Amino acid sequence: MKRLLLALALAALVSGPVLQAWQPAPPQPGTPGDYVPIASLPQAERLPAAPFLIAAYALVWAVLVAYTWSLWRRITKLEREMKDLGRRLPKA
Amino acid sequence: MRVAWAILRKDAAVEMRSREIVYTTVFFAASCVLVFAFALVREGRAMPDAAAAILWIAVAFSGTLGLGRTFERERYTDTLRALMLAPSDRPAVYVGKLLGMLVLLAIVEAALLPLIALFFAAPITASPLWLAALLAAGTLGFASVGTLFAAMLVRARSRDVLLPVLLYPITIPVIIAGVRGTAAILQPVPDEAMARFWAALLVFFDVVFVTLSLWTFEPLMTEQ
Amino acid sequence: MTRVFAPLACLAMALFAAAPAVVANAPAEATMGLVQRIFYYHVPSAMLMFVSAVVCGTASAAYLFRRSAAADRLASAAGELVVVFGLIVLATGPLWARKAWGVWWDWDARLTSSLLLWLMFAAYLLVRRYGGPGSEKLAGAMALFGMANVPFVYVSVNYWRTLHPKTSVIMTLEPGMRSAFWFCVSAFALLYALLLALRLRLEERRAEAEALFLALDE
Repeated sequence: MKRLLLALALAALVSGPVLQAWQPAPPQPGTPGDYVPIASLPQAERLPAAPFLIAAYALVWAVLVAYTWSLWRRITKLEREMKDLGRRLPKA
Repeated sequence: MRVAWAILRKDAAVEMRSREIVYTTVFFAASCVLVFAFALVREGRAMPDAAAAILWIAVAFSGTLGLGRTFERERYTDTLRALMLAPSDRPAVYVGKLLGMLVLLAIVEAALLPLIALFFAAPITASPLWLAALLAAGTLGFASVGTLFAAMLVRARSRDVLLPVLLYPITIPVIIAGVRGTAAILQPVPDEAMARFWAALLVFFDVVFVTLSLWTFEPLMTEQ
Repeated sequence: MTRVFAPLACLAMALFAAAPAVVANAPAEATMGLVQRIFYYHVPSAMLMFVSAVVCGTASAAYLFRRSAAADRLASAAGELVVVFGLIVLATGPLWARKAWGVWWDWDARLTSSLLLWLMFAAYLLVRRYGGPGSEKLAGAMALFGMANVPFVYVSVNYWRTLHPKTSVIMTLEPGMRSAFWFCVSAFALLYALLLALRLRLEERRAEAEALFLALDE
C-alpha cells in the first residue's frame, strides 16, 4: 500500500509542473465567443440591460422564497406527523 | 498487493469460464460506435474531432456496463461480503477489483480503436505512444471512481440507474481531458504539446481519484 | 435556538429588502454598465455555493470516519443548499453573459466546472432521496468527490484563459462597489446560516420522528 501511495505522490509531482508550465495559445482575433467590450459594439447590437437585471433579481428572490416555503411546508408536515405519533404512543 | 493479485486472478478465472462480460461489453461498445457512426458520418466525412469523442463515449458507456455486470455477479453469489470478511487489507480488495476493470477496459479499447480508425478514418497510428498514454490515464481515472461507486452500490436499491448518475458528473473532467487530448493527436497534424498538457491533467485527476478512493474504501464498505 | 432565530430572520429580511437600494446606489461600472449589478447577487451566491460544498464534504468525511449521525444530518442540509445557491449562480450567470458576452452560455473552464459541481450535488440529493437504506455512505462519498472539485473550479479561471472574470476582481473593486458587494455578501451569508439551521432542524425532527416510529413498532 505504501508503495502505491509513493507512486501516486510521484505522479502528482510529475504532472504538476507540466500543468503549470502550459500557456494557452493567444486567441485568434475575431473567433466567435471572444470578449468584445460593450462600448465598441454598434448601437444597434446593444441589448437593453434593464430586463436582464430585473430578471436576474426576480429569479434570485423567486428561488429563495420557493426554497424557504418548501422548507416551511416540510417542517409543518413533520410536526403534524410527530404530534399524531405522540398521541398514539401513550396508548400503545 | 498479493491480495489484489489473487482477486484479479480469481475474477479472471471466473470470467474465462463463460467470457460473458468480455463478449457482451465489447459487443456493446462496438454497437455504440456503429450508432454514432450512423448519426454523425455524412457522405464519408465525420465532424471534426468526432472520432475522439466517440471513442471516449464508447469507453465510458461500456465501462459503466462492465462495472455493473462485474459487481452484479458478486452480488448474485453474495461473494463480496465474503471478500470483505477475509482477513486482508480492504484497500487491497479495491485494488484487485480496479485491476480487473482496467484489464476489461483495455480489451474493449483494443477492439474499439480499429473500429474507430475504420469508420472515422482516424489516424490512430500517427502517435501511438501518446494515444496509449491518454487512454491508460483516462481509463484509470474513470475506473478508479467507477469501481468505488459500483462496489458501494451493490447493496443499494435502483443501482442500475444510480451508477451512471453518480459516476458521470464526477468523471466528466476525465472524459473532457481524454477527448481533447485524443482529438489533438488525431488531427491531420498531431499537436503533441496539447496532448502532453491533457495527459498531465489526466495523471493529476488519477492521483486525486485513486487517493480519495483508497482513503474512503475502508469506511464505505464497513457494514454497521 | 428558536429565540435567536426570529430576530435574525427579521434582520436577514431587512438586509434583503435594503439590498436593491444599496446596489442601485453603487457606482456604475464603465464598460458593462447596468448589467454589471447582477454581480452583487451572483458572486455572493457562488461563494456560498463553495462554502456549502466544503461544509457538506467535511461533514461527510466526519460521518464516514467518525460515524457521527449529527455530521450526516449537517451534510444532508448543506448538500441541499449547494443545489439551491448553485441554481441562483447558474441562472444569474447566463443573464449577465447574454449582455456582456453576447451568448447565454460558453463552454469555458469556469462555467463547465461550476455546472459539474452543481450536477454532482444534484446527484448527491438523488442518491439521498432514492438510494434506499445505506445510501448515506454512498452520498457521503459523492460529497467528498464533489468537495475535491471545488479547488478546480476556483482556480480554473486563473489558470486557463476564459471569458469569465478572474476571482481577483473582488480585491480590486472601487470603494463604493466594495461596500455594496460586502453588504450583499453578509446578507447572503446570514440567509445561508438561517436556511442551514432551518434545514438542520428539519433533519433532526425527522430523526426524532423515525425514533418514535420505531418505538411505536415495538
